[in-house]
Amino acid sequence: MPKKKPTLAVWKFTSCDGCQLSLLYLEDELLELADCLDIAYFPEASRRLLPGPYDISLVEGSVSLPEHLEQVRRVRRRSRVLIAFGTCATSGGIQALRNFTAVEDYARLVYERPELIPVLAESTPISQHVPVDLELQGCPPHRGQVVAAVAAFLHGAPPPRTPASVCLECKRSGHICVLVSRGLPCLGPVTQAGCGALCPGWHRPCYGCFGPKETPKTSSLARWFTERLGAREAELVRAFRLFYANAPAFRLESQAHEEPPRQG
Amino acid sequence: MATGPEPSLRLTLEEFAAFLADVRRLGFTLLGPTLVQGDFVHREIAGVADLPRGVGMVQEAGTFRLVPRGDEALFGYPVGQPSWKPVFFPPERLLWTGRRTGRGWEIRLPPEDREPVALLGVRPCDLAALEVLDRIFLHGPYVDPYYQAQRNTALVVAVNCTVPGGTCFCASLGTGPRAAAGFDVALTEMLTGDGHWFLAEAGSDRGRRLLSELPGRPARPEEEAAASQALAQAAGHMGRSLKTAGLKEDLYARYEHRHWAEVAARCLTCGNCAMVCPTCFCHLVEDSLNLTGDRAERRRIQDVCFTVAHSYIHGGSVRSTPRARYRQWLTHKLATWQDQFGCLDCVGCGRCITWCPVGIDLTAEVTALRVPETPGPAGPEERHDQAGASAG
Repeated sequence: MPKKKPTLAVWKFTSCDGCQLSLLYLEDELLELADCLDIAYFPEASRRLLPGPYDISLVEGSVSLPEHLEQVRRVRRRSRVLIAFGTCATSGGIQALRNFTAVEDYARLVYERPELIPVLAESTPISQHVPVDLELQGCPPHRGQVVAAVAAFLHGAPPPRTPASVCLECKRSGHICVLVSRGLPCLGPVTQAGCGALCPGWHRPCYGCFGPKETPKTSSLARWFTERLGAREAELVRAFRLFYANAPAFRLESQAHEEPPRQG
Repeated sequence: MATGPEPSLRLTLEEFAAFLADVRRLGFTLLGPTLVQGDFVHREIAGVADLPRGVGMVQEAGTFRLVPRGDEALFGYPVGQPSWKPVFFPPERLLWTGRRTGRGWEIRLPPEDREPVALLGVRPCDLAALEVLDRIFLHGPYVDPYYQAQRNTALVVAVNCTVPGGTCFCASLGTGPRAAAGFDVALTEMLTGDGHWFLAEAGSDRGRRLLSELPGRPARPEEEAAASQALAQAAGHMGRSLKTAGLKEDLYARYEHRHWAEVAARCLTCGNCAMVCPTCFCHLVEDSLNLTGDRAERRRIQDVCFTVAHSYIHGGSVRSTPRARYRQWLTHKLATWQDQFGCLDCVGCGRCITWCPVGIDLTAEVTALRVPETPGPAGPEERHDQAGASAG
């Protein structure tokens, strides 16, 4: 009798669903994935929803609603391995822009009766609420990273990690540096690799959608943008306050360039 | 190999074009400088028409711009971002693939499908860089078969530097601006009153044979003198310099110098300096497995000493702070390398200075580190270092 296949669950919190879609875009590997794993819970892909516990849970999205606080604990309890994947799950996502202001201000702009929309004051990463076995950064993470991580967990190999800068991938690809040769404000030197240096390969500066790399020296890069590229403070705030606005390194850097609150 | 009294050849632009055609006819893939979408790169080229014509470079720490020269020069610049390192030491190389069988693993080596390359426009600093890599990959205890195969067949056409850049310092290291050895043919491009011409000298039997088939005439003494003068002038116009006397001893004596912390406040640990360096050859070996667990691959991937994982040993990273990592990189290149490989790991090309996103300048940092300091309390980075070490 064949061995029972390990089970996979895919969960969604507050997010755009892009990470889940990137799973469906796996195309070449999708059938292989279904061969190796019992896709037990993936509402975006199938109506067949099996009860847990699950061997591997992929979690997309940030914790931003009151009911998420309990849901995320339930997911953790029912998962042997929990992988937080994507910008929202690993930092709070673009919706964490609310963390820099009062969320009611946004709600009032969007909804007629904002009091009917109960939201948490902050959008936060999964790891802030439960222990996470692996974080895959990226908006969305590269499909190869997801497959490699699942393969590693299936076969007991160490999961692949790419905590170093985008610059390494950029130089390996033979792209010419857009910051040095074109004066574009590229966040590659402080951003984690994994995308394959997608934007610089098309002469666009990296805008940090894979989040801070290990030991990111954002202050030095920001100083260079100011002194050499003539960036204004407001531009620096916007540069660091985007996809990974709530990641500590980028959050502190954007706050450092904010105007101090007015007196009185 | 000394060329002795053998006269150099004077080639017209047309004869130079014929030379490139000969090289390609011999079966070499001709790699040379060219412009692709406004980027200065090394690619396969068909001939003179693909070379960047009338292009100059402005280089400073952290800044690079291509500028029009207002002339027809084909080599009127020093070096750009790409070096020749990737030709022999590819950034990523599949080492083997494995397939699970009933009895274990069947390992297969990737097919050898390389073709002989001819490198056009190798600058003297980059010749010196290949010599450094040769020491490691050809003449060291561990010969790299890929490097060896590619290097042994490669034809090297050097171009001497009459136009040094703002971050160049080969003259102070004795690696340029005139190529002394390590080439098959060396060219000096001249734009003078009597036209656009090249002084060509052979550096190997292969180079001699190639030149002997060309119609160019032997250069006149005054033409040789004009080229020599242009190169002497170039040596006097280097944007940077590095004093090598006592360098190793000075750096060994400055391990706790306060300037390391000052650099660390700027260093992004992005690794660009090591990636663009024509001699840095650090790499990691990465294994991967497919989903079904029956196919594996092992790859060698170019890496840098600026990552935390690079110095990971049991229990943690030895060099957890940017200060420790920058210090490792610099002292390895300029000091410990001398003990390890018997040479400097710097050829004065200036790429690490130009292509550092925040303009950290190897020559300036060394100058600052050489200033003796009076003993004082440790800076904040140093204290952090010690905390990191005890936590690790």
